[in-house]
Amino acid sequence: MKKEPVKVREASAETRVGNFEEVVKGYSEEEALLEASRCLQCKNPLCSSGCPVGIDIKKFIFHITQKDYKSAYFTIREKSNFPSICGRVCPAEYQCRKECVLTKKGSPFASEQAINIHFLERFAGDFGKNNNLDVPVEKEEKFSKFKVAVVGSGPAGLCCAGELARKGIKVDIFESLHKTGGVLRYGIPPFRLPWDVLDFEINYLKKLGVSFITNFLVGKARTIKELFAQGYSKIFLGLGAGVPSFLGIKGENLCNIYSVNEFLTRVNLMSAYKFPEFQTPVNIGKNVLIVGGGNTAMDSARVALRLQKLKGLPLNTTIVYRRTEIEMPARRLEIEHAREEGIKFEFLVQPKEFVGDEQGFVKKLICLRSKLGEPDSSGRRRPVIIEGSEFELDCDLCVIAVGLKANQILINATPELKTDKYSDVIVDSESMESSIKGVFAGGDIVGGEGTVIEAMGMAKKASRAIIDELS
Amino acid sequence: MKVINKKIINDVGGVKITQLDIASADIASKALPGQFVMLMVSEKGERIPLTLVNADKDKGVVSLIFQEAGFTTKSLGKLNPGDILYSLVGPLGHPTEIKKYGKVILVGGGVGIAEILPVARALKDAANHITTILGSRNKDLLILEAELKNASDQIYIMTDDGSYGRKGFTTDMLKELLSKDKYDLIYSVGPIPMMKRVALVSREYNTKTLVSLNALMVDATGMCGCCRVSVSGEVKFSCVDGPDFDGHGVDWEELEKRNKVYSIQEKHICRLFPEA
Repeated sequence: MKKEPVKVREASAETRVGNFEEVVKGYSEEEALLEASRCLQCKNPLCSSGCPVGIDIKKFIFHITQKDYKSAYFTIREKSNFPSICGRVCPAEYQCRKECVLTKKGSPFASEQAINIHFLERFAGDFGKNNNLDVPVEKEEKFSKFKVAVVGSGPAGLCCAGELARKGIKVDIFESLHKTGGVLRYGIPPFRLPWDVLDFEINYLKKLGVSFITNFLVGKARTIKELFAQGYSKIFLGLGAGVPSFLGIKGENLCNIYSVNEFLTRVNLMSAYKFPEFQTPVNIGKNVLIVGGGNTAMDSARVALRLQKLKGLPLNTTIVYRRTEIEMPARRLEIEHAREEGIKFEFLVQPKEFVGDEQGFVKKLICLRSKLGEPDSSGRRRPVIIEGSEFELDCDLCVIAVGLKANQILINATPELKTDKYSDVIVDSESMESSIKGVFAGGDIVGGEGTVIEAMGMAKKASRAIIDELS
Repeated sequence: MKVINKKIINDVGGVKITQLDIASADIASKALPGQFVMLMVSEKGERIPLTLVNADKDKGVVSLIFQEAGFTTKSLGKLNPGDILYSLVGPLGHPTEIKKYGKVILVGGGVGIAEILPVARALKDAANHITTILGSRNKDLLILEAELKNASDQIYIMTDDGSYGRKGFTTDMLKELLSKDKYDLIYSVGPIPMMKRVALVSREYNTKTLVSLNALMVDATGMCGCCRVSVSGEVKFSCVDGPDFDGHGVDWEELEKRNKVYSIQEKHICRLFPEA
């Protein structure tokens, strides 16, 4: 008998647009058992090959079917440091679920029938979190004399710090912002990743003895050389990709045109949605446009919609994307969530110029229609502009979510650190060591806009290399 | 991040200018003239940039001078010695390029006078001939005259009402100086309309002009683009590319408009919490 996938419980679209609470509620025990029982326990499972860190998916799902949630948790923890986070933010439909045998062959992303591995991972992760299942620490005396500096407290930095601290190495994490978590805090909205989930992981590191030094910008307050001189044996750079790309079109500096980072940072990190209790403001409009098709575009669209709701405005937020839905790099679930919440989509539209009013606020976006042409280097079909197709969209607030580039401050302050044409740090693909001996890097600073789990994979490689070298 | 010392520099006619000395050995050891810090007064506060007016490396103390203009600067003005800032990060931005230019004119207006002080001292140490023009609405509002006098070879005071120095704008004096003699650099900090006029005047005389911009910022590490300014047709981030820019290239109108983008919220929050 073929069992239907177990739908995950979610807050209704109507309620959730009025707050910033988590949308996906996760599986109950019964739901998790039911979903786990759909797993075919393939003899040669392909799912794990789709996981950037190679979690033994078959095994952890089997443990769930046996109600041995503890073993399920520890099976995931063998490979992944943050099951509760990855279970919430991994684009599983492009990774493990895409490789699931229940996904139709040739599909660009997982079929609906594929096992909901991410929801099961989240279930096991939350079980571990709620029961304080601490991973055994293998502190070794010989490491206690070493100190490692981790720069950046995002996914890569947190993961690397955890791996090293568990061996007994002293780790200090330097973070330029006033709060830790990097993109998990300033970028991903709390309705996708609640702060308590993130804080749990950060507190775990604190318990391991990791120190967090916030408000400290390495590159300005201290150079790499000075960190070494201060006694750090190795340095790990998890600087992230936080530099926003703009469209480079006329009128882009008009008021109320935000980069996706500014918009999300104001709302997430600074809690501008609670203004004036929190004192950082953010504007909202009646006709909001979001330009882009990735996760940050979905996030900012859903944030904008919530701000409209909180302001008592009619919900009117539109995503403008130059290709079609199928080419959107965003998680399918987020596209679905956005649509359910009432986000509108304008596909095959290329922004041409912003037009403002006398006070310098944006009022219109002039666009061009496109059609899909031949595939480009990314394998996705390239949009081709249709001549004479110019039209206007009303727009009193716009968020540009068209990509992010590597953070540059530390790179600029460190000329010896070799970078590629995208200004990403060049590393050895096995050890993750950079062109400077003893300086390792991982996450978006070496690979552009990746995922939490890819950052983790790189951080683990780096931590292994660091541990080897200190042994 | 602890407030070590507080000094009310001026408190007349509704204009309150305060100096806070704050303990931060890390920032003090690295700070150079022209750089700034980002700070938050409290956990729910806004992040605002303030220029570093002084950095005492030996004592590990940095000094900030600010006018209580908006909600955050008013809250900051309420702090007393012993109080601790929620967040302070720096030094940020590029330092002002200090070298021997030759003859330099510094133009400071309002609280911007405080911000030219560290640059004045550094340029003087670099063997430049310094002429300083300070502007304020009236005699009472003028700050740091003695300090700047010490750092300058010549100093001119301009007041709007003529109550001190000469009546007129800083740019009147600037024009006079530039028409009589050749200068190698003009460095200006003050209200946008003043810097804009300085750039307009100095362009006529083809004199290199640096201005320190006070755009709105959030992270101030190049991640948000809130502080973007157009300079000579290129988009720059004030926080990481500046804060000093070629005054002749700055799109002043755009900057003026962008800096007013939250004026409604600012009024609202100041009305809501007048005592904050």
